[in-house]
Amino acid sequence: MDLLEYQGKQLFRKHGVPAPEGRHAATVPEAVDAADELGYPVVIKAQVQIGGRGKAGGIKVAGNRPEAEGHAEAILGMDIRGFTVHELYVEKASDIAEEYYAAMVFDRSAKKPMAMLSRMGGMDVEEVAERDPEAMRMLHVDPLIGFQHFHGRRLAFEAGIAEDLIRPVGEMLGKLYDVFVREDATLVEVNPLLVTPEREVIALDAKVTVDDNALFRHPDVAELRDLSAEDPQERMAKERGLTYVKLDGNVGILGNGAGLVMSTLDVVAQAGGRPANFLDAGGGSKAEAITSAVEVILSDEKVGAVLFNIFGGITRCDEVAKGLIEAFRQVTPDVPFVVRLDGTNDEAGRRLLAEADLPNVHTEATMLGAAERVVELAG
Amino acid sequence: MAVLVDRDTRLCVAGITGREGTFHTLRNRDYGTSVVAGVTPGKGGQDVDGIPVFDTFHAAVSETGANTAMIFVPPRFAADSILEAEDAGARLIVAITEGIPAHDELRVYNHLQRGDSRLIGPNCPGILSPGKANVGIIPAQFFTDGNVGLVSRSGTLTYQIGNELAQRGFGNSSIVGIGGDPVPGSSFIDIIALFEGDPETELIVMCGEIGGDDEERAAEYIAEHVAKPVVAYIAGFTAPPGKTMGHAGAIVSGSRGTAAAKADALEAKGVRVARNPTQVADLASEILGARV
Repeated sequence: MDLLEYQGKQLFRKHGVPAPEGRHAATVPEAVDAADELGYPVVIKAQVQIGGRGKAGGIKVAGNRPEAEGHAEAILGMDIRGFTVHELYVEKASDIAEEYYAAMVFDRSAKKPMAMLSRMGGMDVEEVAERDPEAMRMLHVDPLIGFQHFHGRRLAFEAGIAEDLIRPVGEMLGKLYDVFVREDATLVEVNPLLVTPEREVIALDAKVTVDDNALFRHPDVAELRDLSAEDPQERMAKERGLTYVKLDGNVGILGNGAGLVMSTLDVVAQAGGRPANFLDAGGGSKAEAITSAVEVILSDEKVGAVLFNIFGGITRCDEVAKGLIEAFRQVTPDVPFVVRLDGTNDEAGRRLLAEADLPNVHTEATMLGAAERVVELAG
Repeated sequence: MAVLVDRDTRLCVAGITGREGTFHTLRNRDYGTSVVAGVTPGKGGQDVDGIPVFDTFHAAVSETGANTAMIFVPPRFAADSILEAEDAGARLIVAITEGIPAHDELRVYNHLQRGDSRLIGPNCPGILSPGKANVGIIPAQFFTDGNVGLVSRSGTLTYQIGNELAQRGFGNSSIVGIGGDPVPGSSFIDIIALFEGDPETELIVMCGEIGGDDEERAAEYIAEHVAKPVVAYIAGFTAPPGKTMGHAGAIVSGSRGTAAAKADALEAKGVRVARNPTQVADLASEILGARV
């Protein structure tokens, strides 16, 4: 789960990472009140989960009340690369002497946390990496030992940080590591990490991604989930305990097991079709789950045909067939279904379907045959 | 021969008294696996259909000589349970649990690197050595003893591919599910190395998916160290970037971890990559000779 800047900064404060004082605002009057309270100049910042906010005009400095009002009005509702701005963060403006880059990332390849530091901050990291690969210094941390002072010193010296800032920058990195581990984050990125003319080191931005699997340890963070930013079908699926990802094609897909569903999408694409979704009904899918999965798939109006691809292991094909029959009782789909049942109790499942004689439901014996058929039917 | 589990396996199941734990433990025993113990803190002295339950892993190991652990406990307790099994001396730990926090997996992985216990999973279907032992949730009825070693990040996709192979007359030395999480205890390389050393295995099939770089690393390893033929299949060509496709580890990050990059890396090292599950069986027939 990706957090918005102001949410990331809430976590920063909890772990002693210094950041400018700021207030959240969802309306223009709230933004103006926040600015008045903080004292001018302030920065009005769009809160969206996408980079490049500044370039898109989503971050503006206001020197007085009319400016704050004008900027808040302009930014709220603005579209930034496909994301509509519903929230603002109003922050006390900071004087800038230097802009660095700092991050803690979850390095899957090395299977260790990795600390990153660069003197070239305030711009696109990938751009920096291209222009000057040596500028970005990286260091793996043994998770059983944690971030030590020497990690911070070494990174700061290697990145060429000014001598008087070695210690504060190292301390900052240590605190970011605390956020990373204690909040179960998979990414903590600060760009820019700011040095003020008074030589203070503060986090001017915050990009934090937290591990969905660890939210049970962080009920406060779990509450921050932004439902409005989620796709309506994805939200509906989540409420029903289904794993669903919306795509932009017209072939609805249901399968059991993540790998098999991914493979089904690929096979449909190879047959010339465009998958409308990924839906994993899960291992041991019961009839009820199948019924609600059908509802989620059909709630996407673009769907022109649906493919059920089941290989029953723990999942029993007769349960899947029962679920489909029940779904047809509750909703009367007006699109064709192609069903491939293989594995545990497949014959019983196929028999149930044949007996039910559902309108516009076609059975296929193989995965490839089923993919070709559904693509043909979807048109 | 087989890899990891066989007739010498003495299995202890953590979470044996839970609904899923009981169900799969008894299936494993019915298959012929020697299930010697279970662990559920507070239920020591009870039994599950004759299998003794202990409060601690240490008691289970010292009383029964268990050498393999299967972890069936809920995600929030799973890391602790894996560490307990390791501490008690289990040298093979198979973690079925899905949903373990990534940082827990990181600590467990780095700790296990220091000892000589091997972790398979988490978030995996387990290991089946047909005719010898089944540790996990793989539906054994589809598979027979044979010469194809199968290693996979996914469960049902493995059954699909295994079944395609079975229909062409191929059996398996072992089927190893390494799991769909971002920090698997064992990698493709670890299992491929075991198959390379297993006399029964004549063909290795690896089934990968989007996310991470385990397949790319395996490609390098195969080119350098593996003499046996390898066939690969990669799922997730149509996955959009930034979306988790069911498995916590199945995510394309920016331009990294794509199915195309993995397939290219494998092909560049001479590994045959099937375009769909059926083609895996076509390639196997081509390499080993048609059976049916």
